[in-house]
Parts: sequence; structure tokens; C-alpha cells
Amino acid sequence: MGRYVLKRLLAMIPTLIGVAVLIFILLRVIPGDVVEARYLAQGSQFQSQDLMDQERAKLGLDKPLWQQFTTWMTGLLRLDFGLSMWTGSPITEEIKLRFLLSLQLAIMASTIATCLAIPLGIIAAMKQDTWVDYAVRVFSITGLATPSFWLGSLMILSMLIVFKWVPPMVFTPLWVNPWENLAQLIWPALAVGYRYCAVGTRMMRSTMLEVLREDYIRTARAKGLWVKLILTRHALKNAILPVLTVISTEFAFLLGGLVVTEQVFNLNGLGMLFVEGISHRDYTMIQALVLLVATFFLTINFVVDIAYGWIDPRIRYR
Amino acid sequence: MRQFRRLLALAAIAGLVPFTAQSQQPRLGGELVFPVPSEPPSYDGHREETFGLIHPIAPFYNTLLRVDPNDKGGTKPYPSLAESWTVSPDGKAYVFKLRKGVKFHDGSEMTSEDVKASYEKIIFPAPGVGSTRKGQYADVEAVRAPDRYEVQFRLKHASGSFIASLLSPYNFIYKADILAKDPHWYEKNIMGTGPFTFVEHVKGSHVVGRKNPNYWDKGKPYLDGFRAIFMRDSAAQVAAVRGERAHIQFRGFTPKDRDNLKAALGDKITVQESPWDCILMVAINHKQKPFDDPRVRRALSLALDRYEGSKALSQIAIVKEVAGVQVPGTPFATPPGELGKLAGYWRDPEKSRAESRRLLKEAGVPAGFSFTFMNRGIPMPYEPLGVWLIDQWRKVGLNVTQRVIEPAAYYSSLRKGEHQVAMDFQCGYIVEPDLDMYKFTSTSRNPANYGFYEDPVLDDLYDKQSAATNVEDRKKIIRQFEKRVLDEQAHYLMTLQWHRIIPHSSKLHGWTITPSHYLNNTLDTVWLSQ
Repeated sequence: MGRYVLKRLLAMIPTLIGVAVLIFILLRVIPGDVVEARYLAQGSQFQSQDLMDQERAKLGLDKPLWQQFTTWMTGLLRLDFGLSMWTGSPITEEIKLRFLLSLQLAIMASTIATCLAIPLGIIAAMKQDTWVDYAVRVFSITGLATPSFWLGSLMILSMLIVFKWVPPMVFTPLWVNPWENLAQLIWPALAVGYRYCAVGTRMMRSTMLEVLREDYIRTARAKGLWVKLILTRHALKNAILPVLTVISTEFAFLLGGLVVTEQVFNLNGLGMLFVEGISHRDYTMIQALVLLVATFFLTINFVVDIAYGWIDPRIRYR
Repeated sequence: MRQFRRLLALAAIAGLVPFTAQSQQPRLGGELVFPVPSEPPSYDGHREETFGLIHPIAPFYNTLLRVDPNDKGGTKPYPSLAESWTVSPDGKAYVFKLRKGVKFHDGSEMTSEDVKASYEKIIFPAPGVGSTRKGQYADVEAVRAPDRYEVQFRLKHASGSFIASLLSPYNFIYKADILAKDPHWYEKNIMGTGPFTFVEHVKGSHVVGRKNPNYWDKGKPYLDGFRAIFMRDSAAQVAAVRGERAHIQFRGFTPKDRDNLKAALGDKITVQESPWDCILMVAINHKQKPFDDPRVRRALSLALDRYEGSKALSQIAIVKEVAGVQVPGTPFATPPGELGKLAGYWRDPEKSRAESRRLLKEAGVPAGFSFTFMNRGIPMPYEPLGVWLIDQWRKVGLNVTQRVIEPAAYYSSLRKGEHQVAMDFQCGYIVEPDLDMYKFTSTSRNPANYGFYEDPVLDDLYDKQSAATNVEDRKKIIRQFEKRVLDEQAHYLMTLQWHRIIPHSSKLHGWTITPSHYLNNTLDTVWLSQ
């Protein structure tokens, strides 16, 4: 087990280096840079080439690409993401500011999704081809077909029309004012959680149906075991593995990928920082965020793989 | 009993009259909340160009002069830190008398040394210090501070626009001692003489300001503070105003947003509108054939029915007025009757299109000629204007393909000069011919000229109008400039002037719309009635 963990951890390093090289090259290929975004996009009448050259030199953009890359990689080895090219502030500071909100939102959405998806999936499988199953299927297919940002916009509009109320516009941490915090985050959590729940429900239903048809379940039933026991001790443990993979991958996605939903609800999270970074061509910021999201995915996948062995003892690590 | 009722009614009226009069008096207190669609990269007004800096940061500062906060035209100079000024007979020396007793937020007194240091940072920045507006003050020879409360600007030659250039809302007055120690200090710190003091900036979220109790303009500001909330999404901004979580958004909303807000909130919303000192123009690349031929460029302008376009597009987009090189209704703008004589501004669209077809034929452009129109990937108002232009050109037999480029990559593509015809954009902090017309000068002089042409005649006219100190003389030269750039040579095509629509809470008073979304953001005159 220890050897397996070490092997997996070491395998993350070349993956992250690959991501770093790829994002560095991709950003330099696309046209435009942070200096143009700062001094040309506003449509001002006087533009100074000297000033733009000066700013490029200040940011090191005038240096050869290999030099820019080595400077960045050397910083990374010291766990220093550098400064944002747009604001000049340390990137770790900028990310720290937004991470809490994104994490809370991801946890809330995942909790909503998991708490709904697993029971709904099980019920639908148990009551296959009854009106309950149809209702769950309609619910989940609608969730899959509804983009979170659209649902979010609809929620805001409905609240405005019905209650003449909109969620707070500024993030308040949970420990400062729990009510204010929930009043802001519950809506995006529901909007995102619904789609997320739909994916989980579909997965749970199909894996559960598969497991319920297995011989050992039939045997358990024939033995006259209590249905609840069959479900929790025998069926669920085997059916949950693919669902766990889906839920964990979605969680990693939520940490950095809620780009449009964050805009709709005006949430100051990592997704919004991503959008700002791209529209400002803030290379250092985008590089750091991509690496961070890649690390989330790798870590969560690693944790899930370890959890597989715990849930299903038949799985052995080599 | 009847008499009693009459007396009661009279008393009620008597009570109401002073109440109505009082309601016009500014009320003290309250926090103004407004969304800002963009966030500034730094706090240094001398370095940045975005309105995202002006809206949340301007209330912390004062400038030497400002635009009269009640002037809807947004051009009248008004005292700020300078209480008066004089100009020498030769028009080369400007002397400003400063207010006494103005204090920075750290309690130190603001003097002429601070004004001098601030303007020297803008006009003659030290190596490594960024100043985006340096080019606007190329005429300034020296800035002097002969005594504690007097500042002098010495120009190389007389200028008709120098006072207007001092109205820039970006020219914050900083403290000389701080600048001497670290000219970059103001990029990450805020400390001015403005009506509000800085409380906090949570990046990506908001900026908070609190009333400056020692503000030099006694009795002001009226507000206890303000909260500027960064909000990128326009639907979220509208929802904030509609949900009464925000009082105003100072940049502008679309006609549809205005109508929706008015329908939902009725009298709770007040709408102010103005022509907007922003315009989308068509840059025709003179280095690409057949666009090097002025007849082809004129034909492109003649194909546009701007008057019908105005009627239709103003319903769906933030554009309205048919304009030349100056914002309609402002001091140097060409009157509509005269503007109607220029190519592309004729009142008879069929006659105009016939002339367009004739010119294309004469220039040897075949019917159905195809070209690519490059547009910026921003929905409002680039998208509707792009569609309109293509439709208009189609009506004279041109076949146009639109190529939409992502906003951040747009100017990179434009600067390479690979386009045939492209959308270009200009937005000003004040309506002033020197600022608004510089765009059209030769490309060797102005790298932001994406028509890539050289026109010494135009450059000469620009310099002449800039030096003209007599308003009528200046107007005449501006008309010649306009005729050359839009008609004779048709170097650039103007689409429609942007139209600024500000629907705001009726609780908000003391704020007047201007043609520029960079002006009137000091918030010292703003008050809330509830």
C-alpha cells in the first residue's frame, strides 16, 4: 500500500510538469498580451508605444520564451507562483482570497447533489419502470439538459419578480454572518447542485440496476434477508464506486470551473478569477490557476483510488 | 365644522410646503451602493485608462480643475483644488491659485508642490514610471510652484485645449513627499484630498469609502460613505438595481434594461440619458486594395443610411445620435444641417446608394465584390452594429463576411494591419477636439490609426485647430478636418454615437449625467433622500 501511494504521488510530478509546459506554450501562442489588454482595450485616444514597451520589459515579456519559462519554473520549485501581471499582487494572495468561497460552494453543491442523487438513484432502480422511476428519470434528464447558469439566472429573476429580492452581492464568510453567507450561496449551490445531482442520480440508478440483477443479490433475497440490509451491505457498496468517481471528479471541477455561474451570481470565486485572467491575458495567473486545478484533479483522483480499496476490499494495490 | 376642516386643510398644506422645499435640500447620511463592471489593475490614475479605476477610486481624490458637476454637456471647467486661474495674453502661461487649508487624508496640507509633483509625474515621468497621458501634455514646457498656493504651467505654444486637458478625472493630486520617496507608491496605496477616505478594497469584490470629516468643501460630502461592488455580468448589475441592492451603475445600461427597470420599479427609478463620448468607427486599411482608393472608401460611407440606422438600432443597442467627429450637441459639434452635406450623411438614402454604386463602378470594383469585416467579440454594441454595416453594404452590391475576434486578441490583430475593414473604437473622458480627433492623424504620428494612412494635410489641420484659441476659428478648422477625414478622403467611417442610459434609484440626487462615463464620480454632490 505504502509503495503504491508513493508511486502514485511520484507519477503526479511528470503530469504536472506536462500541464505546466502545455499551458505556458498555449498562452504564448494565442494573440494579445496583458499590456495590450491594459492600454489598448479602453479605446483611449493617446497610446504610447514607449509605455507599452516599458511595461513589457517590466513584466519580463521582452525576454526569450525559454528564459520566461525557467524563471517561472524556478519560482514554482520554491512554491512561489509569482505576481499577477495584471494587478502586481502575489498570486497566492489573490487565490487565497477566492478559494474559501469556491470551496464552500463546491462543498454545498456536492452535499446537495450527493444527498439527493444516491437515494433517488436507489429508489429509481428499486422501483424500475414505475411512476416513481419515471419521475426520477424526468427530474434527472431535466437536470442534465439545464445549464447551471441558466437555472441561476432564472432563480434570480424569479426571486426578483416574486419576492422583489436578490441575494447579497458581497461574500460574507460563514463565521462572520451565517445567515448572510447562506442567503448568498444557497442559490448557486442549488443551481449547480441540481445538474451535479442529475449526473449522480443517472449513474446511481444504472449501476444499482446492474448490481440488483447479480446472483448474490438474488441469493440474499432468497435467504429472506431484510431489503434494507441487502441494499446497504451488499448492493450499495458495489454500486457506489462509479458514482464516487463521478461525484469526486465533479467536485474538482466545481473548485475552479464555475465560470459562468459565478458571473451570474456575482461570486468572487476562482472561476471568476479564471475569466478575468484570460480576458486580461494575465499569463502568470492563468498558469497558476491551471496548475492548481490540475493538482485538485490529481489529488482527488488519488484519494478516490485509495477510497476504492476501503469500500471494496477485493481491490488490491500493486 | 366646515371651517375647522378648511383650517385643517390649510395647516396640512402649510405643513407640506416646507416639507417639499426641504425634500430638495440635500440630506446627510446613507451609503451609496453601485456596481462597477470592471476592476482596476492598480490605484494609480496617472497610469491606468479604465473607468473601473475612476468609479471606485475618484472619490478619494481631487483634481486641479474638474468639470462642472451640473453641466450636462460635461465640458465646463469648474474650480476644484484650484479656485481660480488666469491665462497670459500670449496664451502660453497659465497661473492657478490654489485653495488654502486643503488637507490630505493623513492630515498634512496640500500645497503647490503637490500639484507640481503630480503633474510632473504625468507629463515628465521618471524612467520606469508609467504615464498613459503624457502625450496629451506634449505642449507643456514646465510646471512651476512659485509660492505655496500658486502653480504655473508654461506651454511651448498657445493651445485651445489646455484647460480641457486639466479636467481629466485621472489627474489625481498626490502628495509630493510620497512621490519623491517612491513614485510607484500610489499604484498600491490610496491617499488623497477627496471627499471620502479609503476603508477597504477586497479584490474581486468591492471598495468601501467613508466620509472625509475634514473635507475642504464644508458641508460635503453628504453621504456617510459608498460601496463600489465589482460586477462583471450586466444581468447581475440590472438585478442589483432592480432588487434595490444598488442605487446606480455609472457606466450605462441598454435600452431594454432601462425599459425593464422602469416597468418593474415605476417611479422608484429615474432615467437620465445623454449622447455618449464613445463611438465605433470603421477602420479601412489603406494598404489593402481596393481600399487605397478614396472612391471605394467614400462608397462604403455612402452606402450607410445612418438616420434609419439610428431609429432602429437605438431600440436595441446603446447607440443613437448621427455624429461627425464631435459628440452631437457639444460646443464643437457640426450642426445637423451642415453634417447632412457630408458623404454618407445625406438625407436621401437612395441617392446616396446610387452614388455609392457609381463610385464603386468608377473605381473598377466589380458587383458582388467580397471582403472581410473584422469585428470585436463584444456583444454590445459591436454585434448589432456589425450586422447593420454588413446589411447596408450588401445593399450596394458588396458581399461582406464578418470575422469576429475575441476581445483580448482584437487589438493584436488590428495592429498587425492584416484586416481589410475593421471595427475600431474610441472613448473619451471629455469631449474635446484635440482628444477626439487625434485618432485620425497620420499613422506615423499615431500608432492607433488602424487605417494605416499618411495625410499631412489632415495633420496640419489638426495642429491648426489645436493652436487656435478663438472658438469660432477653431470650429471652422474642425469642419475642414471633418470634411477631409469623413468625406473627401473617407479615411475612417463613423457609425453612430453611443447613447448613455443611466436608470438610477429615485432616492439618488445631486448627480448629473454627462457624455462621459469617466466624469462626475467624485460623489461629493451626491445624496440619498432615504
